[in-house]
Parts: sequence; structure tokens; C-alpha cells
Amino acid sequence: MSEVCTTGEAKNGSSLLIEALQKQKVEMIFGYPGGAVLPLYDTLYEGAIPHILVRHEQGAVHAAEGYAKVTGKPGVVIVTSGPGATNALTGIADAMSDSLPLVVFTGQVTTPGIGKDAFQEADVMGLTMPITKNNYQIRDINELPRVINEAFHIANTGRKGPVVIDLPKDMTIIETSCPKSDKVRLPSYQPTVMPNNLQINKLMKVLEKSKKPVILAGAGIIHAKASPELIEFAEKYEIPVLTTLLGLGTIPYDHELFLGMGGMHGSFAANMALTECDLLINIGSRFDDRLASAPGEFAPNAKVAHIDIDPAEIGKIIETQIPIVADAKETLKKMLGVEIVHPNSHDWKKVNLSRKHLHPFSYDRKNQTEIKPQRVIEIIGQITKGEAIVVTDVGQHQMWTAQFYPFKYQNQFVTSGGLGTMGFGIPAAIGAKLAMPDKEVVLFVGDGGFQMTNQELAILNEYHLDIKFVLLNNQSLGMVRQWQESFFGGRHSQSVFKTQPDFIKLAEAYHIKGVKITRSETLEAELIAAFKEKGSVLIEVAVSTTEHVLPMVPAGKPNYQMIGVE
Amino acid sequence: MRRMITAIVNNSSGVLNRISGVLTRRQFNIDSISVGPTEKKGISRITIVVQIDSLYEIEQVTKQLNKQIDVIKVSDISDEPHLERELALVKLNAPAGIRAEILSVIEPFRGNIVDVGSKTVVVQVTGSSSKIDAFVDIVRPYGIKQMARTGTTGFTRSSK
Ligand SMILES: Cc1ncc(C[n+]2csc(CCOP(=O)(O)OP(=O)(O)O)c2C)c(N)n1
Ligand SMILES: [Mg+2]
Repeated sequence: MSEVCTTGEAKNGSSLLIEALQKQKVEMIFGYPGGAVLPLYDTLYEGAIPHILVRHEQGAVHAAEGYAKVTGKPGVVIVTSGPGATNALTGIADAMSDSLPLVVFTGQVTTPGIGKDAFQEADVMGLTMPITKNNYQIRDINELPRVINEAFHIANTGRKGPVVIDLPKDMTIIETSCPKSDKVRLPSYQPTVMPNNLQINKLMKVLEKSKKPVILAGAGIIHAKASPELIEFAEKYEIPVLTTLLGLGTIPYDHELFLGMGGMHGSFAANMALTECDLLINIGSRFDDRLASAPGEFAPNAKVAHIDIDPAEIGKIIETQIPIVADAKETLKKMLGVEIVHPNSHDWKKVNLSRKHLHPFSYDRKNQTEIKPQRVIEIIGQITKGEAIVVTDVGQHQMWTAQFYPFKYQNQFVTSGGLGTMGFGIPAAIGAKLAMPDKEVVLFVGDGGFQMTNQELAILNEYHLDIKFVLLNNQSLGMVRQWQESFFGGRHSQSVFKTQPDFIKLAEAYHIKGVKITRSETLEAELIAAFKEKGSVLIEVAVSTTEHVLPMVPAGKPNYQMIGVE
Repeated sequence: MRRMITAIVNNSSGVLNRISGVLTRRQFNIDSISVGPTEKKGISRITIVVQIDSLYEIEQVTKQLNKQIDVIKVSDISDEPHLERELALVKLNAPAGIRAEILSVIEPFRGNIVDVGSKTVVVQVTGSSSKIDAFVDIVRPYGIKQMARTGTTGFTRSSK
């Protein structure tokens, strides 16, 4: 097939790449240079697209995830071959798990060296195959513009996810005056966006007859930006709503119908609603095992409707009577368009609301001898009026944030859900702030996870970022310690730190202000003062070293078997 | 239970890797995989024969395979009228004295002798894999020196 030559002007692969990124309106690139991407970085030197130099490739990917999560646009990453690419794997796997759109360029050795164990060669195609939505290796420079457009299209449509483009060094150097058409042609990839009307009608009929309906709101709603439609639908029929961890923010924390997060560390009201409902309308959740730990006993009395853009999720974990493969927003719009008689579910609503008020998330508020981590989060929720973009790392502090921060809007909560990646927090907060410079960004991080990616603090000054880093220091890998105390007879195997760095000095070493809070009496005043500071502040709070996240549905148990319900 | 799945795929470099990856991750027992071009340029057919316990598993894996970008269509054709063929080359011990006997044994299977050595012959048979299994059982007593099987390929029959 001969293509019509359109440009005439000879350009090298690096220039073609940058042009393609500009066409995609890429605002910034997160990356780290090295031998295989030197020609590309030489082109970047001209400054066509801002580049954020991270300090570790894992940081680049998590920062791009933070960017993607708060904007809904693909995050873009460039790393070098071999170790650069392998350092990026954790982030790519994390994005795959949480369906975040990324386009990751990995340098590769020159084409003749591939497969011959060349210096800094890693089999990136093999390594990333199971953790990407799709991956490409460029073999023909003329295909580069099309592949880049395809990658962005695939990353950001259907069920979103990371796409890797492996870029042999020679492909960035060779010139061409005749690149092939950059039109996306993907007949084998046609995600279903519009729902099937028959299924919508079926769902609405079942809802009409339902006495105990409940909505489970997952991250699919956020990806579809469908929070307004969700709220409108729930209000129209007065259906209680619970969310997954990643669904937090789809309905405001103080909404009458919101029952809280469900699952392992979910609320009593949410887990009981799951247990007793007769109709479960799952919108954009994949019934992860942190939500449905005992699939055989999950929502045992319910007809299940599952709305998901990914057909492979339907029936994967929970048997579904009403499958709807479509975009959440389009589906909710259609559901709002079908008029039915208001279901006779008034008693059910009352039961749920009273459970919510009788058994809210709780902790020992009277204890003033130590700082309760939950209280730190509550106070910060008040200081930031529930408006901040909230980022967490992984562990106890993450669950307390989910329980106690007053989330108000979609795309507000940035956390590693599916993979549970410690080290996610600091770089993700940086990516979120770079994406939304006018928003207040708060990170809650543990003393363990902080030490996994704290090198990225170096970025803060370079870009004058204002992020409040709240380090909840319980001197332990708290979540591990909790499980050891609950299920392993309190044997603290490798979960309690015997020594710790001076975190405040560490902050100062990175030229950011550090504040250490140790006294319960002055906690609130000190937090208020720290949040008034301009610029980034590391706020280390010495919190209880014995606290547990409760309630808890032990792994493998049905949702109603919660321990620690007050 | 034995199921036959066919996948029509873009003939891109990583596609076989992705498909076997999906099957491995789901812990499928694969009897055979065969790949070859179709009537359309750039499009290949992959035929996978698996052993599974329940149809739920097949549905799941079909969906996971369909999800791959380079996969155009995956179908479980086991319950539809379909053609399936496999080819086997079997090198048999065949001293001169029993060659006639071997010929008569392979004849009902429509086996052909495609190579002759001083002590061995190579028989080619085609058919469903169960037919080939039966053939192999019958000729085993003569001594199988070597065997190569292609794995099953096939598609659904034309509608009447
Ligand atoms: C990369 C990685 N390694 C290990 C774990 C297992 N893990 C989950 S939570 C946790 C403890 C986290 O400790 P810390 O960061 O101090 O947070 P805390 O639970 O104390 O709030 C560990 C080790 C993980 N999730 N990610
Ligand atoms: Mg800790």
C-alpha cells in the first residue's frame, strides 16, 4: 500500500512524537532521562511541552496518575530503557488496577540490539503486557503518529487504562518526510457507550417493585463524570447510596441518602444495606474483594443490576440479573428518562438513615492523652471545608481518611485502591497539584509509605508547589501491625520501627517547612496555623501507636459480620 | 469438559503473547493452540482447545480475550455445528515385513505414508483430535518413534 506523502519536510521521530503530543493537547510530561531517550530529551529541550523532572521513575508514573485522576485526562510519562522502564512498572500496574488513563513512553535500545541483551535492555513488551490496556513497540517511524493517537484513544476511552509505547532509540533519530496517516483505525476496539434500552426498562421495572433498593457507586461514575446524574437519580426515587473506596466523592458526605463507604472498613449502614437490599444497582464498581469479601454471601436477597463499561466485569464476581454494558453517565441519563411509579421503599429508607445516625464512624473522642489520627483528619476536613483535593498513601491513614474526610465532589479523592501501592501518595499529590494549581491539595501519608517515595519532595521548590503533607506517624506499619494484633496474636513481626529518621529535618533538607505536632491539647490550633502557611509544609503528627481501623469485616466474611461497630 | 474457542485477531506481534497470558493467568488447561492466516490480510485465526469445569469459566475467559485490543472476535463454537481438523505426522517402526500390515491399519483412517526410511515410515493423518487420538492408540503397538501434531483448527459450518 502506498501512502500519499503529505508533509514533504523531513522530521525525526522525536519531533514527530512531540508534535503528536501537542496535537493531543498534552500539558505536561512527567519523566526521567537516560541513554535511550537522549534524542527525545534533546527535542524536549526546546520547551514545546513542559517536563517535570521527578527523582525516581515510580514517582513519574504516580504523579501522572494524580494528574489523570483529578483532570480525567491521560497522564504522560517518559522513561528510559531497562531500569527506567522497570522502575515505572509499579505505577503502570497501579493505573491498570484503578483504570487510570496513562500514555507511557519507554525508551528502548536501538532496533538491531533488541533481543540481544544490549546495555540497558529490558523486555518491556513482555513485562508490561499483563499490566497495560495495550502496548506497542515502534518498528516503523512512519507509524509513530498513528500509534500515539491510538494510544491516547485507547487510554482514555472505554474502561480507561495505561498504554505503553516502547520506543527504540533509532526510531527517535531516523528522519522521515512521509509519515503515514495518523488517523485512528481500530475496528477491533469499539467500546459500548450507549446502554441497551430493553435492559434499562427491565431495571426500572424491577426498581418500581422493589422495597429495598440501594445504589452502589464506584469509580466508573467518576470516570464518566456522572456524579450529578447519580445524585439526581438517587434523589428522584429516594434510593440510599453507598460507595466504594474509589467512589467516594460521587455523592457529598452530608447528603441525606449517603450511607458511607461499604466493604472491609465501611460503615455499618452501608454494609447492612448491602446485606438486606432486594435490589442492588451497582454503577461502575467491579465488586472488588475489599467490598465483596465473601461473594457467595454478598447481597444475598438482592436482584443485582450491574452497569459497567467493561463487559468482562459483569458476572466476574457476582451473579448479575440485569447486566448493562455502557457508560455510567449515558445509562443514568436513560434511567432518568424512564418514568416509573415511586417504589414503596419508605420504611427501608428510614431504617437506613437511622442506622447511619446510630452507628457513624467513631473513635474514642474522650481520650486526650494521645492524638487520635481520626481527629486529625476531622479537623483538617473542617479547615479545608471538605473542598481540598485529598491524596493518600496506603495503610491505616488511608482508611481513616476515607472514613473521616468530608468528601464533596467527584475527582476529589486520589488514592491507590486496587493495587494498594505504598509510595503512591507523595508523587500523586504533586501530580494532582500540578494539574490543579488553584486547588488546595492535602496528602495524608504514613511513616512507612512516606519513606518509599519521599525523594519527590525535591520537586516542590522547583515548581513552588503548595501542598500540605500530613504525616500520621504511628511509628509503625500500622495496617500490618493491626492485622498482626487481630489475627496473629499480637506478634509484631517487622511492623514496628525501632528507629525513624528526623522527618522535620528531612523536610528542611528539601527546603520545605516542617511542623511537628505532639500534644493533643494544641492539635487543632497547630493544624490551623500550619494550614495558614504559604507554600508546602510537612506536618508530622505523632498519633496513637495502638489505634485500629474499625469497623472491620474480616477477609472472607460476609458484610454483616463487622467487628468493632460502636 | 472440552471446549473449542476461536479468536479472530489482528496479526500484530504481541497478540499471541496477550492471549496466552490471559489463559495462563486464569489457570486454564490448554489442550492445544493453533495460529494461522485467514482469508483477510493481516488477520489471523487462533484456535484454542481447553479443558474446563464449568461454562462460567469459558464465558469469563471469552470476555477477557475479547477485551484485548487486537482481538476482533472470540467465540466458543463447541455447541455449534463446526468443522475441526488436526494434522499429525507419526513416524512408525516399520521393518519391511510388516509394512503391508501397517498400510492396512492406517487405511481406515485415510492415513498417507509421506516418507519412507529403511526401518521407519511417516504417516500423515488428518481429522478431529479424537480421531487422531484413536489412530495413535491403534498404531502405538508398532512403536512410535516420533510424533508431531498441529493442534486443532476449524470454524463453524455454513448455514443451510
Ligand atoms: C509497596 C507496598 N509494600 C507493602 C505493602 C503492605 N502494606 C500495606 S499497609 C502497610 C503499612 C503502611 O504503613 P504506613 O505507611 O506507616 O501507614 P499506616 O498503616 O501506619 O497508616 C504495608 C506494609 C503495600 N501495600 N505496598
Ligand atoms: Mg505508620
